Amino acid sequence: MTSQLEIKNLHVSVEGREILKGLSLTVNQGEVHAIMGPNGSGKSTLAYTLSGHPKYLVTDGEVLLNGENILELSPDERARKGLFLAFQYPVAVPGVSMANFLRLAYRSVHGNPSKPESRREEVLSIPKFRKMMREKMAMLKVDESFATRYLNEGFSGGEKKRAEILQMAVLEPEIAILDETDSGLDIDALRVVSEGVNLLRGPKLGLLVITHYQRILNYIKPQFVHVLVDGVILQSGGPELALELEEKGYESLVKGDSHV
Amino acid sequence: MPARRLARSGIRGLYWVSETPSVCTITTNFLRFRGVKFRGRFKQAMTQALSIQTQPLVSAATVEQISNSRNEPAWLRKARAEAWAVYEQTPMPTLNDELWRRTDISTLKLDRLSSAFDAPSATPTQSVDELPEGLKRMLDVGEAEAAGYLAQVDGGAMFNWLNDDLRAQGVIFTDLETAAREHAPLLRDYFMTSAVPPTYGKFEALHGALWTGGVFLYVPQGVKVALPFRAGIWQQTARAGLFPHTLIIADAGSEFTYIEAYGSETQPEPAMSDHAVELFLKEGANLTFVTLQNWGRHTYSLGAQRAMLDRDATLQWVIGTLGSKVTKTHHEIFMLGPGSTGNIHGFYFADANQHLDHHTQQDHFAGHSTTDLLFKGVLKDKARTIYQGLIHVHKNAQRSDAYQANRNLNLSARARADSIPGLEIEANDVRCTHGATVGQVDDEQMFYLRSRGLSEAHAQRLIVEGFFEPLMDRIPLESARVKLREAIQEKLGAF
Ligand SMILES: Nc1ncnc2c1ncn2[C@@H]1O[C@H](COP(=O)(O)OP(=O)(O)OP(=O)(O)O)[C@@H](O)[C@H]1O
Ligand SMILES: [Mg+2]
Repeated sequence: MTSQLEIKNLHVSVEGREILKGLSLTVNQGEVHAIMGPNGSGKSTLAYTLSGHPKYLVTDGEVLLNGENILELSPDERARKGLFLAFQYPVAVPGVSMANFLRLAYRSVHGNPSKPESRREEVLSIPKFRKMMREKMAMLKVDESFATRYLNEGFSGGEKKRAEILQMAVLEPEIAILDETDSGLDIDALRVVSEGVNLLRGPKLGLLVITHYQRILNYIKPQFVHVLVDGVILQSGGPELALELEEKGYESLVKGDSHV
Repeated sequence: MPARRLARSGIRGLYWVSETPSVCTITTNFLRFRGVKFRGRFKQAMTQALSIQTQPLVSAATVEQISNSRNEPAWLRKARAEAWAVYEQTPMPTLNDELWRRTDISTLKLDRLSSAFDAPSATPTQSVDELPEGLKRMLDVGEAEAAGYLAQVDGGAMFNWLNDDLRAQGVIFTDLETAAREHAPLLRDYFMTSAVPPTYGKFEALHGALWTGGVFLYVPQGVKVALPFRAGIWQQTARAGLFPHTLIIADAGSEFTYIEAYGSETQPEPAMSDHAVELFLKEGANLTFVTLQNWGRHTYSLGAQRAMLDRDATLQWVIGTLGSKVTKTHHEIFMLGPGSTGNIHGFYFADANQHLDHHTQQDHFAGHSTTDLLFKGVLKDKARTIYQGLIHVHKNAQRSDAYQANRNLNLSARARADSIPGLEIEANDVRCTHGATVGQVDDEQMFYLRSRGLSEAHAQRLIVEGFFEPLMDRIPLESARVKLREAIQEKLGAF
């Protein structure tokens, strides 16, 4: 069965203020969707809400992952069901090494406690995990020192973004949300990271790429582009919509109450 | 060993009993003595015998008894008697004393403690195999190499070993009782004379009167030792009052590491450890001193530790506190020579009803000296911690550089951390910084970790481990680090 993320009429408030005002969107495994929209329109709010951040209060609507409502699930349960969020602003956790953290995360997501003798032991042995991690680091051209460095601590903006994609590569989610992964990356890094994401692309991964710039979409080619304005999807279209937006800006869309 | 036939009580020639009740426990139904149960008439007789011979641990008679049983030389006898006199003259600290304001010691019943130093558990052995399991584990026996081992149970020296090459180079690593016999001149100069004299305080005076066992480590001039010296101090006999003492002299230019650990299994009845640590670093000496406390939850852990640094000496000092019911310890560093450097790293993790109170003092007497102190603590449940620190730069200590920080991570709304940093500066050309924080687990860190699939408990564990991690780097032995991590995980709860 293929995975599917289905967002229906989602209303979300933060600190008493409604940010998402009836947003609907469906992402199937194997598809790439891009979301563009002005600052403050609610893109990160959508990303956080899908991941289960406790600050974001869902007042109406549903989010289904493979038909199951995930809004009642904790963030870790959602992750174990195959959801991944690459943060716009990754959080530093001092004293926790990336390698140690990722191994624990991998074990949480892929380990099956009810079948201890299964494939798990093999995959989760420390040397095997290290090998797998090193391969993914090489693929994303992430320096080896990252494995022993503390999680996001002292990472440059671009390094943090790269580290997010490394985590995604290791954890192998079914639905991934990339929240402005491109911002903060230099031109070369953008190419490397995008190529890395493309290697992960395939029939098993559904991608939701949040961005302000068309450039990343040249690498990670979306089938669908959505424009989020003031808490709703104002318009959806193909890749050409991103180009049009880049040229004309959001103003034109908002004013000419156009073609939804 | 002072033992007496139970002739007086009417049971002739049957059993031996020590003059202290330390090896007996009396319960309502029967009396157990060395594993044998007594009921009825026998119980009554035994109880009588014991009460005849019972004498409180904290008494002038015990002081004398220790001196007699060890055949102590006159100077040591005198030192004990003088310490006892100071003890008697010094009032018990109360909540009105500045350094005791947040720790109520009145719950400690000194008259219920027993002496344990002549208990069978404190009998010397030639084999590490005979040490209590917990003590063996603490010492990493068979896991890590060491320059020497010293193990003590209930205030008696049980096991001692020193590498032969080091012995040939003049290194001394033995218990203090032996050192008092074999190295009297050294001991007379250093033992409780300047670092922790009996006049330091009520419990230090008591310590001076009642200490037994003890650790003495002397490393001669220029001797550098790569492997660590290890000491393990264990309590086993119920209601024991222990007085562990560590005296280390690092002679000029010497370089070595010493790791000591205090521990016991939790017991139903309260026990006490009233310890003293005296460190002397001569010119250019370089000492790494690690002290880890993991007493059972029945223990009052009191003590004073002071390091004296001469010119260009360097001390790496790691202090770890995980165990005990109540801890109240002083940790002081005296910068006596220019160019001396002290790095002090403390950590504590308090859970349940633990009450851990650390007091530190950085005393700069000489200029161009540097101290850098960081104490980090985690609290859980209904725990209470106190950190009180003082940087004192004396008049002539120009160009001193002192740093002091205390950071607390509070995992529970019912726990409370007090942090009282302090500065007293009499010189005008110095650099001093201090800071204190008490914080909770960061929600955004928590969410970030959980969004990767880690359960709340796992995420919390990672955050706490991460909080302590920079201090772990300071512990010079992998096996000790592993044990500490295990202890921390145990405190966080099983997953
Ligand atoms: N945790 C929060 N607390 C308070 N307000 C918030 C919070 N998160 C979002 N908001 C508010 O919700 C609105 C939408 O924010 P959001 O971060 O979702 O925008 P965005 O589309 O991601 O913007 P950007 O392009 O700048 O990243 C903003 O007005 C923001 O101030
Ligand atoms: Mg955003």
